[in-house]
Amino acid sequence: MRYHKYFIIILFIFNFSLSYAQEKDLNNKITKNLRCLICQGQSVYDSDSEFANSLKILVKKKLNDGLNEKQIYDYLKNKYGNWILYDPVFDKNTYFLWLLPILMFIVVGAIIFRIFILKKN
Amino acid sequence: MRIKFIPLFFLIIFLAIFFVFYKGLQISNIYTPKDNYEKNIPSFNTKIFGTDNKINSEKIFKDEKYYLLNIWASWCVPCRDEHPFLINLSTYKNIEIIGLNYKDDNYNAQKFLKEFNSPYELILFDVDGTIAIEWGAYGVPESFLIYNNKIIKKIIGPLDKNSLDEIKRIIK
Repeated sequence: MRYHKYFIIILFIFNFSLSYAQEKDLNNKITKNLRCLICQGQSVYDSDSEFANSLKILVKKKLNDGLNEKQIYDYLKNKYGNWILYDPVFDKNTYFLWLLPILMFIVVGAIIFRIFILKKN
Repeated sequence: MRIKFIPLFFLIIFLAIFFVFYKGLQISNIYTPKDNYEKNIPSFNTKIFGTDNKINSEKIFKDEKYYLLNIWASWCVPCRDEHPFLINLSTYKNIEIIGLNYKDDNYNAQKFLKEFNSPYELILFDVDGTIAIEWGAYGVPESFLIYNNKIIKKIIGPLDKNSLDEIKRIIK
């Protein structure tokens, strides 16, 4: 019985740190996908500019307020435009960007198929 | 026919790529958020500069007149350049200038105002820079012209003669 008590306490402590780690992971994931507008080429996570430091605090605050990842991205997109996100959204400006690799894969695949496989047969 | 078609195809592809890259080289790759838009002002609570009193943004921009929110800091060099323009603008009756002191030291900020005079009717304090982000700003100085709870103009960087003339034209 005594061991049970210790076991529960240890389980509780481990759970606590796990949830904290998950929260921190999400925070890092979001700030890694945000572009710093001062030093453009670095993510907010990597940058140490005043803007990036403030944005890190803001992301933490928004997560504490209960906003999810998508809501935070939407919030920042509304303020600064799509450019702030490293992962471009799928819309009319980015159809070409997203579809070109797939299109090239199909076209080149078809050429390879024609040249190598059909010829062999 | 087939032999002629392939080099032509590659030539067209090469020219297309060359054209895209050539055009791309001439475009600036430094991004600045758009400034020609109308947006509602954000709602926030913050400390009044130099005091412990808090104020809600809805109480600040409530009148039907023009407001200029200016983000400044004593450590910001361009803020010193734009200060005479703000002092000039503060003589106009139909606009109220609100300062947002950005990540600053209280003593240095007071010294700055003593040295250059204060054009501000009210100064808010942004201790960690998050209020500036609520406004969509990403540096100092930045200014927002507000009318009827809407941002009607955003000026990124220090005010100059041109932007001052434009503001004066709008508030006339």
